[in-house]
Amino acid sequence: MRIVVCVKHVPDIQSERAIGPDGRAVRDGGDGTLNELDENALEAALALVESLGDGSVVALTVGPDDAADAVRKGLQMGADEAVHVVDDAIAGSDAVGTARVLAAAVRHLGAQEPVDLVVTGMAGLDGLTSLLPTALAELLDVPALPLAAELTVDAAARTVRVRRNLDHATEVLEAPLPAVVSVTDQANEPRYPNFKGIMAARKKPVTTLALADLGLDASQVGTAGARTVVVTAAARPARENRVLLTDDGEAGVKLARYLVENKLV
Amino acid sequence: MTDLTAAPVLVLLDHTADGALRTPVREIVTLAAGLSGGAGVHGAWPADTEPSPDVLAELGALGVTHVHRVVADADLHLSAVLGEALASLADATGARLVLLVSSFENKEAAARLAVTTGAGVVTDADGLVVEDGRYVASKTVFAGTWNTRCAVTAPLAVVTVKANSVTVEQVAAPVTPTVAEHTVTASAGARRVTVVERTERPASGRPDLGSAHVVVVGGRGTEGDFSPVEDLADALGGAVGATRVATDEGWIGHDAQIGQTGVTVSPRLYVGAGVSGAVHHRGGMQASGTIVAVNSDADAPIFEIADFGVVGDLFTVLPQAAAELRRLQSEG
Repeated sequence: MRIVVCVKHVPDIQSERAIGPDGRAVRDGGDGTLNELDENALEAALALVESLGDGSVVALTVGPDDAADAVRKGLQMGADEAVHVVDDAIAGSDAVGTARVLAAAVRHLGAQEPVDLVVTGMAGLDGLTSLLPTALAELLDVPALPLAAELTVDAAARTVRVRRNLDHATEVLEAPLPAVVSVTDQANEPRYPNFKGIMAARKKPVTTLALADLGLDASQVGTAGARTVVVTAAARPARENRVLLTDDGEAGVKLARYLVENKLV
Repeated sequence: MTDLTAAPVLVLLDHTADGALRTPVREIVTLAAGLSGGAGVHGAWPADTEPSPDVLAELGALGVTHVHRVVADADLHLSAVLGEALASLADATGARLVLLVSSFENKEAAARLAVTTGAGVVTDADGLVVEDGRYVASKTVFAGTWNTRCAVTAPLAVVTVKANSVTVEQVAAPVTPTVAEHTVTASAGARRVTVVERTERPASGRPDLGSAHVVVVGGRGTEGDFSPVEDLADALGGAVGATRVATDEGWIGHDAQIGQTGVTVSPRLYVGAGVSGAVHHRGGMQASGTIVAVNSDADAPIFEIADFGVVGDLFTVLPQAAAELRRLQSEG
């Protein structure tokens, strides 16, 4: 079982995040981190390989130079290989543009040794569109099983099954391998890299690829390939006329009256 | 170039298994009626059930001109099948815009459309206008701390719209929508996934969390006792939500979790009781209209974004507020 886990380097959600004049998220290098939800994807892949007793995990990312930190964290958690696609033309890609690069990279890896499963997190905590896993599956022409809260693989039958919780329903979906799966933050508890993992990761190489290595044309990705463009972006103004009080025994009454006066009931 | 101020709009008519419209569908129909410029609002109705005469009358009053009963030879709950159905309907109707209620399932269909039709997609929009011959969607990002506006530069726009973004309005001249069947043959690729099991969650008796106008949320401070939260929600006619801590502790089901990875809410009124306001939670509620916080910890970060904050014990403040609301309501 060879599993590719797509991970993303994003601005830390605990930091002050901002959008620059070019309409893109500001990446000043200091506040970047592995997208937290991708740790669940790495954990799911590592646990699968452990339970099957056979296989390998490749951590794959697309992004500028510092995005390599995301795959290095994957190596520390226990991934066997790391691949970083970096190319100036990729900047400004929308979700489909990023999916194109990832799809080409998965094909590139598959040409070396077949890929059975691609695992992603449920969303990137920067854009939160959740478009990528399904777009990636469509581009790879394989089944998509997004939002797995539970994930099982039948290696003999070569099938994958997920349970997913949607807004109004619970579903169990099944598909033949190869497939793309996204896992939620309910799926597992990601392991912390231990000392052994951190030391071992230092010896594992990070393979760097450019668009030309993947046979991708720059016009299909980045700003050139994007179908949406940010026209304005502004920090939301602070809330005005705020009331903060300490309960003096009458706070509940005051709250009720505030709601009525402001026509909120 | 088509004039987008008078172009047909395709709307996905999400409905329950027994044929009731999902509440936020009315909002995107209102949006579509305003944007279509009289060129037609086409509703796609996955025909696992039939639209009742009452539903058709309501859709007509909101501006839907055509209802397409989508009949597929595969399960329309599969995003690949739904995506193919919407692509063929967009083609058949000449729609330049497909509107969907924001949900994980609908975003999957949107992703399919983006790849198969070359559409430009904006997710979780809270507004949409035509500007300089392009659809421009507004949305908040970075946990509700930034407002952005995105223009779609592709010939087809697919926009998912958050609940509570649009005020529902009836059109001046309601029509009876024409009803036609639209048959879809799913591709071999779309059929590779099997729905082994699908269970619709029963309605709770309270408004649906994702689209409720009022949401009352319990966090760690409830220590597992949600009764004051539920009581205030009922006094306000609102839905009950929870933080990740509360759902992880098993105090309430995971489907009640509000946050970046759970349900995103933007009600007119949000009340957080015993909620600290961790960034993961704020990402799912910061776009709310009015934010009320009750917490015994004066340093809780939720007070930084609260319009009305009470430092106090939720077990005394909430019941007192609920009682006062009921008293004021009985006075009429």
